[in-house]
Amino acid sequence: MSQETIIIGLAGVLASASPLIFAVIGETLSERAGVINLSMNGTILLSAMGGFAVAYNTDNIILGFLAGMLIGALVALIVAFASITLQQSQVAVGFVLALTCRDLAYFLGNDYMGVPGPRLQAAPIPVLGDIPILGPLFFRHDVITYISFIAIFLAWLWIFRTRPGLMLQGIGEKPAAAYIRGANVNLMRYVYTIVGGALIGLTGPAFSLATRAGWMGTISGLDGFGWIALSITIFGGWNPVRGAFGAYLFAFLQWLGLVLQPVLTQVPSQVLQVAPFPLMILTLLLVNIGNAEWVERTLAAMPESARKIFSKILRAMRASPPAALGVPFEPD
Amino acid sequence: MNVELKNIHKHFGTVYANKGINLNIPAGTIQGILGENGAGKSTLMKILSGFIQADPGGEIILDGSPVIIHSPADAIHDGIGMLHQDPLDFPPMRILDNFLLGQSGGLFPNRNAVALDFKRLADQFDFSLDPDSYVDALTVGERQQLEIIRLLWMGARVLILDEPTTGISSLQKAKLFATLKILAEQGKTIIFVSHKLEDVEHLCHQVAVLRAGEMVGETRTPYVTSKLVEMMFGKAITLGARQPGEAGDVVISMKDISLEDVRLRIKNVNLDIRAGEVIGLAGMEGSGQGMFIRACAGLVRPVGGRIQLKGQDLTGKTYHTFKRAGVNFLPAARLEEGLVPGLSLTDHFVLAEEPKGLFIDHAAGQKLAEERIRSFNIRGAPHSPVESLSGGNQQRAELALLQSPLSLVLLEHPTRGLDIESVIYIWSKLKERCKQGASIIFISSDLEEVLQYSDRVLVFFSGKVSEPLDAGRTTVEELGQLIGGKGWADMGEAHD
Repeated sequence: MSQETIIIGLAGVLASASPLIFAVIGETLSERAGVINLSMNGTILLSAMGGFAVAYNTDNIILGFLAGMLIGALVALIVAFASITLQQSQVAVGFVLALTCRDLAYFLGNDYMGVPGPRLQAAPIPVLGDIPILGPLFFRHDVITYISFIAIFLAWLWIFRTRPGLMLQGIGEKPAAAYIRGANVNLMRYVYTIVGGALIGLTGPAFSLATRAGWMGTISGLDGFGWIALSITIFGGWNPVRGAFGAYLFAFLQWLGLVLQPVLTQVPSQVLQVAPFPLMILTLLLVNIGNAEWVERTLAAMPESARKIFSKILRAMRASPPAALGVPFEPD
Repeated sequence: MNVELKNIHKHFGTVYANKGINLNIPAGTIQGILGENGAGKSTLMKILSGFIQADPGGEIILDGSPVIIHSPADAIHDGIGMLHQDPLDFPPMRILDNFLLGQSGGLFPNRNAVALDFKRLADQFDFSLDPDSYVDALTVGERQQLEIIRLLWMGARVLILDEPTTGISSLQKAKLFATLKILAEQGKTIIFVSHKLEDVEHLCHQVAVLRAGEMVGETRTPYVTSKLVEMMFGKAITLGARQPGEAGDVVISMKDISLEDVRLRIKNVNLDIRAGEVIGLAGMEGSGQGMFIRACAGLVRPVGGRIQLKGQDLTGKTYHTFKRAGVNFLPAARLEEGLVPGLSLTDHFVLAEEPKGLFIDHAAGQKLAEERIRSFNIRGAPHSPVESLSGGNQQRAELALLQSPLSLVLLEHPTRGLDIESVIYIWSKLKERCKQGASIIFISSDLEEVLQYSDRVLVFFSGKVSEPLDAGRTTVEELGQLIGGKGWADMGEAHD
C-alpha cells in the first residue's frame, strides 16, 4: 500500500467515525446528568430518514440536519418526561422507543428508498489543506466532520473545565449534593437529555446526508450503530475524548477489514466484516482493566516504584459510571 | 449570627416530628441539640437548612430579621450551612472540584486562585488536604473537614453539624472540636446535633434536649449527666457494671494468620477464642481490623496460617462454609450489605429460614415475623420495608436474623449511630448469645463500648496487631494511645 492510500484511508476513518462521535457525545451528556437514553439506535435511524426526507423535499441540506436534531430532541423529551417526571424505568422506555423509532423509520421512509438526494460536499480548508500529510488527513473533509472535531473538544471543555460542567458531573454523581449546592436537578436533567438527544439526532443526517448518503431502508446498514455508540459511551468512561477514540478505533477496525480482504483471501470475508465488533470489546476491556481485583492484587505485589507508576496509569484509565445514573431524584 | 427559632411545628401525616419548638442561639455559641434517635433533631435541622419547610405559623429569625428558607441554596445564601451525617460530596471527583462545585461565578473558574483560597482556609484549621487528590481516598473525618471549609468559603456564619462524631477517629474528633471552638470565637454560631452525651458535654456551651418532637429542656455548662439522660429518655439509664463472660472451650483458633490487601499487611496473628468470650477490635478506620473480621467470616482469604473452628479446619474455605459452621457476620453498612432494601421484615425472616419447599408459607412467615418483632422489640410492622425502619430498629432486625445456634458472631460497628437505650438493648441480646456459648468479635470506634463489653481487646495500628489486652485492666487513655500508634514499643511482644 502506498503512503497516499494509507492517508486517504485514515482520512476516511476520521470522516466515517464522525456520525458515531455525535451519538457518543450526546449520550455522554445525557448519562452524565443521570439519564440513560436507550432509544439511541432508533433515534439514529429515524433522524437519518427524517433528515434525508426534509433535505430532499426542501433541497436544503442544513434543514435536513436541523430536522434530524429536532427528531432526536423530541425522542429525548419523551425519555426525559417518562423518567424524570413520571419516574418510570429509563431502560424500559428507552428500549421500546429504540424499537418503535426504528420501525417507524423503515415505514415512513418507504417513499425515499434509493432516491438520489442531496449530499454534503467536501470543503477543503485553504492553506491548511495543503500541508503535507496533515492536510489530507484533517483538513479536506466535509463540514460535519469538522464540526465533529470541534464537538469533541467543546464537550470535553464543558464537562471538565466549566462551572456548569462541574455541576453536571455532580448531578449525575450525587443529585442530593448537587441540590444543596443550588442546582435545579430535574430541570438540568431535562436540558442535558434534550441537548444530548439533539446531538444523537445529528448522527442520522451525518450518515444519510454525508458519509452514507441516501436512504436505503433496511439495507441502509445503519441498524446497530446506536448500540455500538452506547457501548463506546460506557467504555469511554463518560468522557468525550476517550469516547471519540473509541469511535475512531471502531471505524479504523472496519476500514482494516476492508483493506485486508484482498490480502487475506483464505479468510472468509464475513470474518473480517464481523471482526471489528469482538476486537472492539476486547480493546475496551483492556482499557478498563484497572477495575479488576486481580490487577489490584498484582499491583500490591509489585515493588513500590513500579506500583506507583502503574497505579497512576490505571487510575487515569479507570472510569466509573455516574453513581446516580438511572436513579430519579426528588428533593426531600 | 444570632439564630432564633419560634414556634416551629412540622408534621408528617398525623405524626408530629417537631412540636412548638422555640430556641434562641446567640452568635459565638456552640449549641448542642441532644436527643435519642427519632427525637426530631434531624427534622428541626432540615427545616433550618432549607431541606424541608416547617408548618405555617413558625418563624426563623436571623440577626433580628425573619427569613423564609425555601431550599438549601437559600439557606447558604442566608449564611446557614449544614454538614450532613453522610457527607454530601462527590467521591470520584477531586477535592478542588468538590470545593468549587456550586460556587457562582464566570464560566471558567480560576482554579489557581481557588486553590490558594483553599490552602489558606485549610491551613487556618491545620487540615492537611491536597486539593488535587480524590475525595474517595479520604476518611469520613477528612471529608467533614473539606465540607467545613467549603461552607465557610461559601459564607456560612451558622454551621449545623449532624452527628459529626459518628465514624471518625478520636484524633479527628479532637481536631474537629478544636476547629469548632475557633469558629465560635470568631463569632460563628455552631449547632451540634448529637445523641452522644459525652461529646455534647465536652464541647457545647448550652444544650437543648428534644424528646418525641418536643423541647423538653435547656441547660448550660456545667452539666449533670444523669439529668441529661433523664431528659433524653424520660427515665434514668446506666450502662451497669462490666459483666465479664465465662470462658468455655476454645471455639476458634487462629495460627500464624497473615492477611494482605493493596494497602495493608497483617502478619502472623495467633489467637484462641473461647466460647462465651467477647473480643473487641479497636483501631483507627482502615488499620486492618476490617480485613481481620472479614477473614474470620471467610470473606477475605488469608495468605498464610490456619483457622480452625471447633476443630474443623476452615482455612481457605468460602463464606458459605463458614456460615454453615456457625459463623455469622453483620457488616457496618446495614442497608448495603446486611439487609435488602425493598423487602419487608417478613420477607427477611422467611429468607433467613431453611427453605421448606418451593413456595412461601405466608401465614407461617407472618407469624414468625410477629414473634421476632416482639422478642427483639423492633418498632415496625411485619410488612414494613426495612429501609423505613430507624437505624436502631434495623440493627435489631439484623440481630433477629442471626441463625441459631451460633458459634461465632462477627459485628462491625454494631451500635454506630444508635442512642444509648438501643445500645444497651443490643448488647443485652448479644450477651444472651454468649451465655448460649457463642463467641463474639466486634469492631467499634467507641472505646468505652470496647472496654465495657469486651473480655479481651486487640488493637490495630496500620496493620500491626497487639497482643490481646485484658479489657478489665485497660483504660480508655491507654487504648487511645495505642490506637494513635503510641506505646507499641513498650508492649515488646506485639506482632510486627
